[in-house]
Amino acid sequence: MASVRLLVTRSGCTALKAITGHGQRSLSVSSAVLARTHVSYEVKDNVAVVRINDPTSKVNTLGRHMQAELVEVINEIWGNSAVKSAVLISSKPGSFIAGADLNMFQACKTAEEVSYLLQAGQKMFEQIEKSPIPFVAAINGSCLGGGLEFAIACQYRIATKSKKTILGTPEVMLGLLPGAGGTQRLPKMVGLPAAFDMMLTGRNIKADKAKKMGLVHQLVEPLGPGLKSAEERTIEYLEEVAVDFAKGLTGKKVTVEKKKGLMQKVQDFVMGLPPVRKQIYKTVHNKVMKQSKGLYPAPLKIIECVQTGIEKGNAAGYLSESENFGKLAMTSVSRALIGLFYGQVACKKNHFGQPEREVKKLAVLGAGLMGAGIAQVTIDKGVATILKDTTEEGLARGQQQVYKGLNDKTKKKSLTTFERDRIMSLLSGQLDYRGFENADMVIEAVFEDLSIKHKVVKEVEAVIPPHCIFATNTSALPIKDIAAASKRPEKLIGMHYFSPVDKMQLLEIITTSKTSKDTTASAVAVGLKQGKVIIVVGDGPGFYTTRCLAPMLAEAVRALQEGVGPKKLDSLTTGFGFPVGAATLADEVGIDVAAHVAEDLGKAFGTRFGGGNVEVLKMMVQKGFKGRKSGKGCYVYGAKSKEKKVNSGAEDILKSFKLTAPPAVSADEDIQYRLVSRFVNEAVLCLQEGILPDPVQGDIGAVFGLGFPPCLGGPFRFVDSYGADKLVQKMKHFEEAYGNQFTPCQLLLDHAKDSSKRFHK
Amino acid sequence: MSAPSKKTLAKPGVKNIVLVDGVRTPFLQSGTTYADLMPHDLARAALQGLLNRTGLPKDAVDYIVYGTVIQEVKTSNVAREAALGAGFSDKTPAHTVTMACISSNQAMTTAVGLIAAGQCDAVVAGGVEFMSDVPIRHSRKMRKTMLSLNKAKTLGARLSLLGSIRLAHLSPELPAVAEFSTAETMGHSADRLAAAFGVSRLEQDEFALRSHTLAKKAQDGGMLSDVISFKVPGRDIVSKDNGIRPATMEQLAKLKPAFIKPHGTVTAANSSFLTDGASAVLIMSEEKALAMGYKPKAYLRDFVYVSQDPKDQLLLGPTYATPKVLEKSGLTLNDIDVFEFHEAFAGQIMANLKAMESDWFAQTYMGRKTKVGAPPMEKFNTWGGSLSLGHPFAATGCRLVTTVAHRLQKEGGQYGLVAACAAGGQGHAMVIEAYPQ
Repeated sequence: MASVRLLVTRSGCTALKAITGHGQRSLSVSSAVLARTHVSYEVKDNVAVVRINDPTSKVNTLGRHMQAELVEVINEIWGNSAVKSAVLISSKPGSFIAGADLNMFQACKTAEEVSYLLQAGQKMFEQIEKSPIPFVAAINGSCLGGGLEFAIACQYRIATKSKKTILGTPEVMLGLLPGAGGTQRLPKMVGLPAAFDMMLTGRNIKADKAKKMGLVHQLVEPLGPGLKSAEERTIEYLEEVAVDFAKGLTGKKVTVEKKKGLMQKVQDFVMGLPPVRKQIYKTVHNKVMKQSKGLYPAPLKIIECVQTGIEKGNAAGYLSESENFGKLAMTSVSRALIGLFYGQVACKKNHFGQPEREVKKLAVLGAGLMGAGIAQVTIDKGVATILKDTTEEGLARGQQQVYKGLNDKTKKKSLTTFERDRIMSLLSGQLDYRGFENADMVIEAVFEDLSIKHKVVKEVEAVIPPHCIFATNTSALPIKDIAAASKRPEKLIGMHYFSPVDKMQLLEIITTSKTSKDTTASAVAVGLKQGKVIIVVGDGPGFYTTRCLAPMLAEAVRALQEGVGPKKLDSLTTGFGFPVGAATLADEVGIDVAAHVAEDLGKAFGTRFGGGNVEVLKMMVQKGFKGRKSGKGCYVYGAKSKEKKVNSGAEDILKSFKLTAPPAVSADEDIQYRLVSRFVNEAVLCLQEGILPDPVQGDIGAVFGLGFPPCLGGPFRFVDSYGADKLVQKMKHFEEAYGNQFTPCQLLLDHAKDSSKRFHK
Repeated sequence: MSAPSKKTLAKPGVKNIVLVDGVRTPFLQSGTTYADLMPHDLARAALQGLLNRTGLPKDAVDYIVYGTVIQEVKTSNVAREAALGAGFSDKTPAHTVTMACISSNQAMTTAVGLIAAGQCDAVVAGGVEFMSDVPIRHSRKMRKTMLSLNKAKTLGARLSLLGSIRLAHLSPELPAVAEFSTAETMGHSADRLAAAFGVSRLEQDEFALRSHTLAKKAQDGGMLSDVISFKVPGRDIVSKDNGIRPATMEQLAKLKPAFIKPHGTVTAANSSFLTDGASAVLIMSEEKALAMGYKPKAYLRDFVYVSQDPKDQLLLGPTYATPKVLEKSGLTLNDIDVFEFHEAFAGQIMANLKAMESDWFAQTYMGRKTKVGAPPMEKFNTWGGSLSLGHPFAATGCRLVTTVAHRLQKEGGQYGLVAACAAGGQGHAMVIEAYPQ
């Protein structure tokens, strides 16, 4: 299996949902004439209840329109002497405010324009912070980015203890920073270490954790159904409780300040010492540099803003925040990350329509790492799944893997033991084909061997019902070759998962010319249910992902043969932004798998896939150096020491295959570009050949499946930002030394010739 | 009250099963006079009380079924231990059932089943709960070490096991009135339920006050004739429930919420309290009862058990069970003269009443066309309820049934309805028909 264990860190950002259509309306229209559409309020017992609800979207975002109405409403409230306090609440079930409207920033041409927008936001929140009447933020659902900054400008915060309630500052994941006072207020509210943690990781914080951190004052339990639906009643209840607290604040029955414990006092004292703070800035800075290799500017700017605010005061802090946000918004890194965010959203939709039948029962063949992983992500979404293997040992291992995956979640408290048991009850481990007659989809994850796959297709087709879809999880075998054994190729499709399945977000779906549209729709629907980000590509050796990876790994092997050590190779690739170094990646994928793929694709594509000698990999496999799974590959595994040791056995093999490095193309940067250009060229070729439907899916597949540097946004965005002409120049230079492995494909040449041609607008 | 002129609920081919009589020990707040007893002592008192009250020959009982919730591990089949101690024949088999707060309902319906199936003619059912002492256990780690210690053969092995004990191992495991599946305590769930149905604190306090006031009146008026006197070993004779405390609304309003703080509405005063107590009933086939010269108190008719979501509908059992059992009996809510619902929390009762009054709830969650309707308050728990009389989990069911029988006799009604909720999201209801006087 081409299983790639990567740490794609820039993922899962659901914040800053961008929406189109609104926010462009002119603000000069008089509010008296135009009824408010996003914000409304009513006064209950001297408490103004301000309700936010963007009618154009599923989530609330802070855009121009929303902001303008909010300012209006808040001014009206302040002007109303009967109002003694206010509650800010969203009428949407799953969203308080999910962040700022990204389109608003993207429409800006200059950093100054962005900064100006930010300053307006900062000003509004500052006014709320200094409001003569207390504001209570009643939070249910996502409270992210600008939404959280709004909430922390309020005097009091109450959140529902719902799974949907998450607080956080995910801006860093988009290459930005919390630009509406977040870098200034958060450190004061939760302390310097916690604030850095929030802003630098962008992690989502659940309500109960937020309470412990001091981010919210009170929690409200989500309610079940009563005389209204659970969701509706919970919001109503939250409002009732918030109104009570608002009254309490006015009547001084509720105090905003929490009594500080001894630990808190000690911590405050320590943080009050400038040398301590200095040390913290330094430590955090070093950590960021180590993890980001300096490729991501946003974390460093966040540290700078926090530091400025604390050391030089609010005014300087706010200024630094808005200016730095403006600068970040103009960086290619931020554009790349935002592009990925949009791409991810696009790849979480089913573009093939509603399948005729919902898959209610799934069967997985093969209880190996992949099969068990697929079973796990299926049952935890409530779909009954059969896990079939041929041996009891294999089955037991697979079932244990699923159990462990779920049980680890109970340890992290994201699942109760009871939920775990309920989920496990959906899994049926078996050695025979019992129950396959009711399966709606079968995903086979057996050994990558065409004759075995053929045998499985025939066996399964003999027992499944006519409507059942047969999906094959392969990383390189062309689907049409597997389908050759099928009596019903229209129901056959490729579903290429990445290992570990429960962690890796990508699913590559491969359709053949015979695959029906409904089969594709159904496979996408299942993948989406499993929580995957999906690209749908055409059939061919290695499809898209494996095909891009293979030339890069071939180049990596060549570099190793040329005497670049595994450690050096790793640091060169991570230094370019890959989350995992090339040598480590080969070990994770499995040297045997890499050898297999290199040979297969070598046969299919000829010398273009050459470079390193396949015999190196084969020899390593022969000696038992199959990578991490066998304990030895490029490195030696097993020892607990943090420092990875290079496998001397592998070094000996490399020496016996030693090549002389041509000095003209062997500088560090050359090696980096040799690796990357082959990856990118192959990706562009996939688009040229129609394997890839569009650049967006190409970028998403490369970043989420293979760990292409997120800061570059994927191979296509990289060509756009780096310049196709520059890349072609480099490749031609390499071509002189090595030959056709570096021949740029026609589409890349076209882009190089005409700089107005871009993959992304 | 309606005259007993309505049709009888007897069904052709189904045996008539009757409640001959029912008794209970006084229900006491846990940690009071019963504090030094064991659960089977209390159960024994109820069983002996039943024998005294009915004059039943000890060997005339075919079977004994008893309920309990928090088990004393030494007497895990508390039915057998109590029966032997109460002097029943050692030839009479006994088993213990558990179904949270409807355990003794389960004991009674088990008895009904045994008789209906023709396997028995006379069965004693009941339930006991003893909250003055609960099994507090060593931690799992400590238990594991201790069990391994039993198996350790050498001194060295024993010493090394002893040496592995850490301070953390010594922290005990306390039983909680919490759902295993959701880990939520019942009071917490009740508070959320009350909020879900928009039950105010005031409504809850008013209902609690009503329960205590009515209980006091019933106690003073001598209505609680099911209560037997019990000479507690080493202590005085107990003959009255001790949890009835009518207070003023102001006093009730002062209490802070007990579970959801600070904005919850369920308080100690509007919840049922931890109680020690036991109950017992004698159930027979009508034929046998008459042959033995008894004048039965009531027929036990249709019953149902229901279950639903243990998280958000934990305590809505009565809402689900009531329409179902009425349908089974061919009755409507208006036909019922006497309602006895288990009062776990005032908020829970009010929520159930609101749910029963809601067409939307009936349609959305129960798959019914219309609501069943809420019982009229003048027929509802008029002699107090679990909030005031106390709620020994597994003893409450028999109290409800006996009370319905007594109220039907006293008030001249014909049909009574018992309904109760239970942990696990379960519920029960039973229709009881007055025995012609």
